[in-house]
Amino acid sequence: MNDASRAQILKRLHAATQQQPVDTPEMADLPVELLTPPQKIETLKAHMEAVRTEVHVVAARDWTKLLKKILKKRDLKTLLYAPGTPVGSEVQKAWAEEPERLPELVSYKDNIENFKEQLFDIDAAVTSTVGGIAETGAVILWPDEKEPRLMSLVPPIHIAILQAAKIYTTFSEAIQAEDWAQKMPTNVVLISGPSKTADIELTLAFGVHGPKELIVLILKDE
Amino acid sequence: MSNDTGPNFQQNVSRALNDKQLRKNFKFAMGNFILKRKQIFSDESKTEQLRQVGNAIKRRVLSQLPQLLEELEEKCTRNGIQVHWAETTIEANQQVLRIMNAHQATRLVKGKSMVSEEMGLNEFLQQNKIEVVETDLGEFIIQLNDEKPSHIIVPAIHKNKQQIAEIFHQKLADTPYTEKVEELNAIARRILRQKFFNAQVGLSGVNFAVAETGTLCLVENEGNGRMSTTVPPVHIAVMGLEKVVEKLADIPPMLRLLTGSATGQLITTYVNMITSARKPGEKDGPKEVHLIILDNGRSEILADPQLRQTLQCIRCGTCLNHCPVYTRIGGHAYGFVYPGPIGKILNPQIEGLKKAGELATASSLCEACAEVCPVKIPIPQLLRRLRNESYASGSIATVKDGGYKKNVIETIGWKGWEMMNTHPHINAIGNKIMSRLGAKIPKIGPLKQWTRYRTAPKFAPKSLHQLVDEEGIQDE
Repeated sequence: MNDASRAQILKRLHAATQQQPVDTPEMADLPVELLTPPQKIETLKAHMEAVRTEVHVVAARDWTKLLKKILKKRDLKTLLYAPGTPVGSEVQKAWAEEPERLPELVSYKDNIENFKEQLFDIDAAVTSTVGGIAETGAVILWPDEKEPRLMSLVPPIHIAILQAAKIYTTFSEAIQAEDWAQKMPTNVVLISGPSKTADIELTLAFGVHGPKELIVLILKDE
Repeated sequence: MSNDTGPNFQQNVSRALNDKQLRKNFKFAMGNFILKRKQIFSDESKTEQLRQVGNAIKRRVLSQLPQLLEELEEKCTRNGIQVHWAETTIEANQQVLRIMNAHQATRLVKGKSMVSEEMGLNEFLQQNKIEVVETDLGEFIIQLNDEKPSHIIVPAIHKNKQQIAEIFHQKLADTPYTEKVEELNAIARRILRQKFFNAQVGLSGVNFAVAETGTLCLVENEGNGRMSTTVPPVHIAVMGLEKVVEKLADIPPMLRLLTGSATGQLITTYVNMITSARKPGEKDGPKEVHLIILDNGRSEILADPQLRQTLQCIRCGTCLNHCPVYTRIGGHAYGFVYPGPIGKILNPQIEGLKKAGELATASSLCEACAEVCPVKIPIPQLLRRLRNESYASGSIATVKDGGYKKNVIETIGWKGWEMMNTHPHINAIGNKIMSRLGAKIPKIGPLKQWTRYRTAPKFAPKSLHQLVDEEGIQDE
């Protein structure tokens, strides 16, 4: 049944495009003004703050100190992190040095089928990013075995760590520079802010299904 | 919702026009959308460039649509996404059910999808004892109230918060009445989190499917789309076959056009790009991903060199927002899945002119939709074309029920008009008769209709020819 439908549909489509070819216009490239590194940070920060993301620019060696400060202010019980990633290792190290008044570190230790109950109960998660997009304001997440997809979605607070050097001016630039077309993973997600909706009278409200807070730390090498 | 002869459009329109609350809700929301779009597309020449690119990308897609779909299928299959083809909505529904049954699944969570509305998927699955939960907040609201979307982006926009508060209070157990939007959102969050947690299958639409990589792109703000496509062990994506694009590099401009046109956003909260099912070693994401590619008349639309432009649509809804007719009557009055200008050209082609052709008449051809369309679909031109097709005047097309309005009196009338205007002598006689008797023609039948809101023109005592002659000017 399925194969027959496939054949019929493709037959009609082939006939349509062969009998009456579609004329295709030349495509002009869109002009882009590449931003300087400081401009990229500023632009990304401004756009993301406009959709209620909390953005901090911090010296690379100090970021875990800032993370601790942010978390202490919120009085959380658990923080989901990814051991074995550069971000995860630094978190682990920082927690070992001074664990007081900090949320307990939890890792995504099992498949979702066995971890779901615990996952839906976690207060916050910290993840890495593979880059940012200045022009629209977004971070790029590239989840993998160590850093599963739901880390950035289920916990009410998501903290994303972004290297300043990995901010691109445009989305197109990011796709080209990293040759995405050759290596698309299971899932890539761009995130610009906390979950939001305007479905009731266009009144903007945050934290519908995903995180209620998105906190981005932009790490600058001094 | 619509039967064989189509909904009673005239009646729906009168009812909508008399509903003050409804008109107020739409006027407010559409005005807001227009303003937001303007802010995001403030530079006219840049916006025009971007629209040119959007148009070119979609035309390039249409020029090689079968090849791109074959490539998409190949890449998806290679990545472990199972591809299904459906000629009709019935077939697509059955494919969804078959997948559900294969997993003995009875609980489905849905992200927002207009194609699933086109399929009538919810009704079909419920008849088959499957619990279907809409998880987009707007869709959740109208599902509770057993309604259809009135807008393709903000489906519950016809309701104000008092009405929504009442729906929540009535339909959800232990829910006190509250008009606070934050509280209403929190109620939905609490209930739906449990649904995500327990769902066996998640279903979503597709905004763009990239042939080059076999990637499904989903755009959203709430996170319910990511929940539906990541938490349950099975994900089913449904798409109209026109949603394919050639390359990954096409996504950034299309995305800008979509989010800017739809909600006046630079980018949505989430852009979710799915290229495969869960791979060995990965800890979450569905173990099975299915893609259902739906035709439902689209391949026939592609055969017509003019009407095929309908397939460029990316479902942003901006033509609804800018339409003076839509703004006054809202989405339900149209009586079909796709409301507004895009619906006026799409529904008649999918459902046939007999059933939906009347929609094409509900336009003043003001061109607002064409001016804002991100992929430059000349909607007013296509509306005129469909009106002509209704009478099958000079048609080469295969629009379903073409010529359904053709009738003897009109045909004779137009033939007579043609003769009068191509034969000078008959024209002169005709003019003389009309100048004496024109005012006395009784206002019955179509003339009565026509003069209901218009003043009948007065025939001049002398024709232009005569006047020119009398002035002594040679007109030949």
